[in-house]
Amino acid sequence: MGEIEHFLPLLAQREAEGTLTPLLTHGHVHFLWIQHANLYLVATTRKNANASLVYTFLYKMVEVFSEYFKELEEESVRDNFVIVYELLDELMDFGFPQTTDSKILQEYITQESNKLDTGGSRVPTTVTNAVSWRSEGLRYKKNEVFIDVIESVNLLVSATGSVLLSEVVGSIKLKVFLSGMPELRLGLNDRILFELTGRPGGKNKSVELEDVKFHQCVRLSRFDADRTISFVPPDGDFELMSYRLNTQVKPLIWIESVIEKFSHSRVEIMVKAKGQFKKQSVANGVEITVPVPSDVDSPKFKASMGSAKYVPERNVVLWSIKSFPGGKEYLLRAHFGLPSVEREEDEGRPPIAVRFEIPYFTVSGIQVRYMKIIEKSGYQALPWVRYITQSGDYQLRTS
Amino acid sequence: MTDSKYFTTNKKGEIFELKAELNNEKKEKRKEAVKKVIAAMTVGKDVSSLFPDVVNCMQTDNLELKKLVYLYLMNYAKSQPDMAIMAVNSFVKVVANAVAALSEISESHPNSNLLDLNPQNINKLLTALNECTEWGQIFILDCLSNYNPQDDREAQSICKRVTPWLSHANSAVVLSAVKVLMKFMELLPKESDYYNMLLKKLAPPLVTLLSGEPEVQYVALRNINLIVQKRPEILKQEIKVFFVKYNDPIYVKLEKLDIMIRLASQANIAQVLAELKEYATEVDVDFVRKAVRAIGRYAIKVEQSAERCVSTLLDLIQTKVNYVVQEAIVVIRDIFRKYPNKYESIIATLCENLDSLDEPDARAAMIWIVGEYAERIDNADELLESFLEGFHDESTQVQLTLLTAIVKLFLKKPSETQELVQHCFSRS
Repeated sequence: MGEIEHFLPLLAQREAEGTLTPLLTHGHVHFLWIQHANLYLVATTRKNANASLVYTFLYKMVEVFSEYFKELEEESVRDNFVIVYELLDELMDFGFPQTTDSKILQEYITQESNKLDTGGSRVPTTVTNAVSWRSEGLRYKKNEVFIDVIESVNLLVSATGSVLLSEVVGSIKLKVFLSGMPELRLGLNDRILFELTGRPGGKNKSVELEDVKFHQCVRLSRFDADRTISFVPPDGDFELMSYRLNTQVKPLIWIESVIEKFSHSRVEIMVKAKGQFKKQSVANGVEITVPVPSDVDSPKFKASMGSAKYVPERNVVLWSIKSFPGGKEYLLRAHFGLPSVEREEDEGRPPIAVRFEIPYFTVSGIQVRYMKIIEKSGYQALPWVRYITQSGDYQLRTS
Repeated sequence: MTDSKYFTTNKKGEIFELKAELNNEKKEKRKEAVKKVIAAMTVGKDVSSLFPDVVNCMQTDNLELKKLVYLYLMNYAKSQPDMAIMAVNSFVKVVANAVAALSEISESHPNSNLLDLNPQNINKLLTALNECTEWGQIFILDCLSNYNPQDDREAQSICKRVTPWLSHANSAVVLSAVKVLMKFMELLPKESDYYNMLLKKLAPPLVTLLSGEPEVQYVALRNINLIVQKRPEILKQEIKVFFVKYNDPIYVKLEKLDIMIRLASQANIAQVLAELKEYATEVDVDFVRKAVRAIGRYAIKVEQSAERCVSTLLDLIQTKVNYVVQEAIVVIRDIFRKYPNKYESIIATLCENLDSLDEPDARAAMIWIVGEYAERIDNADELLESFLEGFHDESTQVQLTLLTAIVKLFLKKPSETQELVQHCFSRS
């Protein structure tokens, strides 16, 4: 079988030692691996390959397989091994990634066909064209574009209550149902763009994007030159761009907690949740996860809003509040018993985590000012915009 | 008819007919025409003037026709390279793959000059960069990083054309662009505005790489470690980004910790120490040890922080967690070595923890401290004697340290320790 036989034993050994890394070496062979469900995807190399290329490619492979099989795990690979072989053949050539766009691949590697017809086989021009992410000749009765601006808030608060890290990671996702090969231009209230074009400040608030990343369809040199975002979009869903900015804005949901542990007796937890965002907005699906020691029993809760439940498999209390308006404050009191024989090992102190979603709201103030759509047949298309803010990596350390 | 008939003209004749057929609306006619062109080419007729018309036929679904066009192109590319480059825009995947293949071959045959990188080729590569897929872009950027620009002006112009790629969604593209820029930056004059602007431009993409998948974060962190060593000014304002999160995989935590210390300075003492103290109370033994060692490195690196580091270490010793105490004592010994005669007040506390030391490094460290500051420790001789009891069971390192320490003690307190010294030499 070859070198790969050494992979699993090596993995097990390193895992036991606690020295597991994404790259494992056995002799002259390097294994670069990721895990997805119950599968390991392993790339092997003998040379000093470009590691980030390998990992991004492995994740891209997972994306393509997931598009084909909905769920990617051992069984779906077994059930579809022919397609897997065909895809692997197309995804990579002698170790160089080739076509990884699942929409394009789906045009000539389909679920039904097992064999390629020898006469008049259709290889989409997209495979060798400069625009490798969009096929020609698409037609829609109603031409529309849906724009979703999704901001995720990452927060890290120390045990003493000071904010260590507060950043917003934004993503602009598009759903494109347009005919032909349209040229799109997105206009945002980008501060640097305003400065370059000499727009007066004041009434028009602008957003300062610290770092921006674009889908490969966007003309990067144009953006670098004058901050214009212009592109020929892929068909259907895709992430056009992502951005990151640090924010001094008060954390949207602030948590104060007091955890009192009385050895051999009980644990008393008090959690106060404050909505520090404007009154007109409402946070939905708020879930506050409070870690508790693993040996607690007899949970008792009292919440001024929402409901709390003990989840023993995760050693946490889950406090759910369906609807949390801005400016409000809610309290949870939890009481647990502790066994008279105390645990030996140290359990660490996981942080309190918060999940939430606030529709029609952004922390950064970013705005889609326009979306110009130009196609040679000159049709009019409607863009629709939606904003939402959600929790990202939102954690508050406990003392 | 005049002699002018001997001159070929585009107005009539075979070439003219072929041209018309190549531009025919019907796909079948075009295919026939290309076949005729290939046939003419094979028998040596010059059909190079039909180049643009043939290349136009490339935009087709028909695999057979495509292959014929490629055949034509390959034939004329050698003799008409400028015309071939015109077709490159439709061909960029081929360019990228060719670059990748040539780079790989060059790597395994270092002395051959297969991929001759000169300014003209570099220009073509940079143009192809605009048009190919993300994977092709990675190959081309990696190839560019092997080039040595002739002067700072060329380096700057290439940097300008590469910087847009810092905004690509694919992390590998970003890292490859960073690689090119880091290399070429070396040639730029350090006081120039462009150089400083470039330094500022590099930070945000590096930080964003840390929001990726854990394996990509790992590769990014390993690279950032090198970048921080070479050009700490790029990330010196961003130390908070490397604060460890509870759910980071252990390999990410260890890398972040290492970088945190490299970026530690007088400006961020309080914050960094608070973080390190927090880490030292976590559960993963390896990580905790590294955090404690980091406190020591910090104290040694930034003198103004030493006092606070020492008090943090004392706090950690009070936790009585075995491996924390041992690691802390090793670190304190190093602090004593760097800053002699400054922190002896803590020696009493250290001596209280003697019994919990079972690792050779920790024992050796404690012995060194006792020996070095023997004159301040009343019962120094008793302490060293207790180590002497199990002399033969100790590691070589500990044995040697013990010998040295006892001799130092003897030199400082000769009368009391004569017996001890004799005892020691008889044992060893």
